[in-house]
Amino acid sequence: MIAQAETVLSIDQVAVHFGGLIAISDMTFSVCAGEIIGLIGPNGAGKTTAFNVITGFLKQTSGDVRYRSKLLNGMKPYEIAKLGLARTFQRTSVFQERTVFQNVLTGLHCRGRSKLWDTLLQTGRETSSERELVDAAHEILRFVGLEQRAYEQAGTLPYGEQRLIGVALALAVKPSMLLLDEPVSGMNPSETARFVKLVGKIRDSGVTILLVEHDMPMVMEVCDRIVVLNYGRIIAEGTPAEIQSNPEVIRAYLGQGKKRA
Amino acid sequence: MSRFLPWLFVALLTSVPLWLNDFYVLHVMITTGIFIIAAMSLNLLLGFTGQLSLGHVAFFGIGAYTSALVSLGFEVHLLPDFTVGLAPKPVWFAMLCAIVVAGLTGYAIGKLSFRVRGAYFVIVSISFAEVVRLVALNWVELTQGPMALNNIPALVLGADAFELSFLRKPAVYLLVLATAVACYVIIARLVNSRAGRAMIALRENESLAMSVGIDVTHYLVVATVVSAGIAGMAGALYTHYIRIVDPDIFLFIYTVTMVIMVITGGKGTLAGPIVGGALFGFVPEALRAMAIEPEVQWIIYGVLMVAVVYFLPRGIVPAIEHYMSGRKRSPAPAASEASQK
Repeated sequence: MIAQAETVLSIDQVAVHFGGLIAISDMTFSVCAGEIIGLIGPNGAGKTTAFNVITGFLKQTSGDVRYRSKLLNGMKPYEIAKLGLARTFQRTSVFQERTVFQNVLTGLHCRGRSKLWDTLLQTGRETSSERELVDAAHEILRFVGLEQRAYEQAGTLPYGEQRLIGVALALAVKPSMLLLDEPVSGMNPSETARFVKLVGKIRDSGVTILLVEHDMPMVMEVCDRIVVLNYGRIIAEGTPAEIQSNPEVIRAYLGQGKKRA
Repeated sequence: MSRFLPWLFVALLTSVPLWLNDFYVLHVMITTGIFIIAAMSLNLLLGFTGQLSLGHVAFFGIGAYTSALVSLGFEVHLLPDFTVGLAPKPVWFAMLCAIVVAGLTGYAIGKLSFRVRGAYFVIVSISFAEVVRLVALNWVELTQGPMALNNIPALVLGADAFELSFLRKPAVYLLVLATAVACYVIIARLVNSRAGRAMIALRENESLAMSVGIDVTHYLVVATVVSAGIAGMAGALYTHYIRIVDPDIFLFIYTVTMVIMVITGGKGTLAGPIVGGALFGFVPEALRAMAIEPEVQWIIYGVLMVAVVYFLPRGIVPAIEHYMSGRKRSPAPAASEASQK
């Protein structure tokens, strides 16, 4: 069904070196519109590094990243976000001291239309823009299911719900592609199940998703395609079924058994 | 009710010259008011963007010197046969220049330190204030150096028939009050807007802010410019009120005083600098009025400061807010307890 869909994100021969350490040696893969792609691999395989390169938080040593055929090399994170490529972070990342609602309102920054003068003079554009943002914030909170928590301080919420705030913030950017960095780590099975439903809902709204995750059942359930990284290079790529039976992947995760003659 | 409370407070302050005949107390209120304006501007940076500017007095001093020089006029020999001069200008124009020049300096500092945060921003700002002090001290032709600029014209707004003179203390007091209210409104509108949310996002989590498309550096520069402009205005008020300005205006102790006002009052709250500023503006004078030894006065001042920071680490205003919200919530559990019995 997605065979002839257009490529939204393409990563072409990307390498990242930290001094002598090679975090990513040579990575090439692409993501098509409407797909949910899983990026998996053992700890230290370079998954988060890949995310940071794609979203501009880290500069690659060589190679190109393209989003909708636009070269992202050297662009700043906020410029990439404005293109509609949003991300969440591995560690819980919220504006701790603010309420959930204020968090989302902050995330809606780019949708605001008011200039500094509008703010200082309280013009009509300021009030109408703010009203739009408030409506949009409520809509996003309804979408991720955090309405009841809207006026609680973000830092005081349980772990799983802080994760949802992270997703709400990313959705506030109105992304056409979403990068989720270990979204369900630390969640209990029922929270994970709820989250899987949310991911499906996000995809149905037309957002392409790339996710890094350690929870294998979850990855196998939601992803259309999986890319496996080990020691900074791609060792396998394919449907969940293909990946599960790939000997190279099993070796990377479980180690090589004693060879019997 | 809470909507009208601030205006009631302003009205009360406006009425002060009507019933207060002690010019010394009025003088203390004027200087405290000027420092509160400066502390409010510092709070915009320290409290909302989370960047500690320990050279904040530089903007205050630049405003003071600019306003003094423009209203006095000056002539400087930059090269052997190249002079730059300015004829004396009206005071209102000089004060406008003070805001603009301080704002531009803020822009330069904001841009210069666009990638430095935390400790590095502190160092850049301290160094900047020190450089400005040395310039004021040594560029004698422009600033008179340690001899100070004196005979600075008093506050006069308008001209001829519409002249408004601020020679007398009650008038100066009202002008300072009006300026403080205006600055408060500007800062309040700013921090409750899209731009303000971006500034707070920088304080709370910079990476996350960037990930939602906020150009954090831009908003740090905006905050620095507005903050510097307001500090410059405070400096200009100071200069035309005291009517003498020397390089000591750039002393580190003034920055520290502003920081103390902001921290004890509650950084990141709109009322914080006002409460902190009023407390640490009046306490030294009140202690002096009690006619105790100067050493004891400063010990009490220090102990008070330590006590506030120790017992109310987030500041006075957040502590009061916390207490109030606790009291609002407490009747509910009490009622449920009663129903259980």
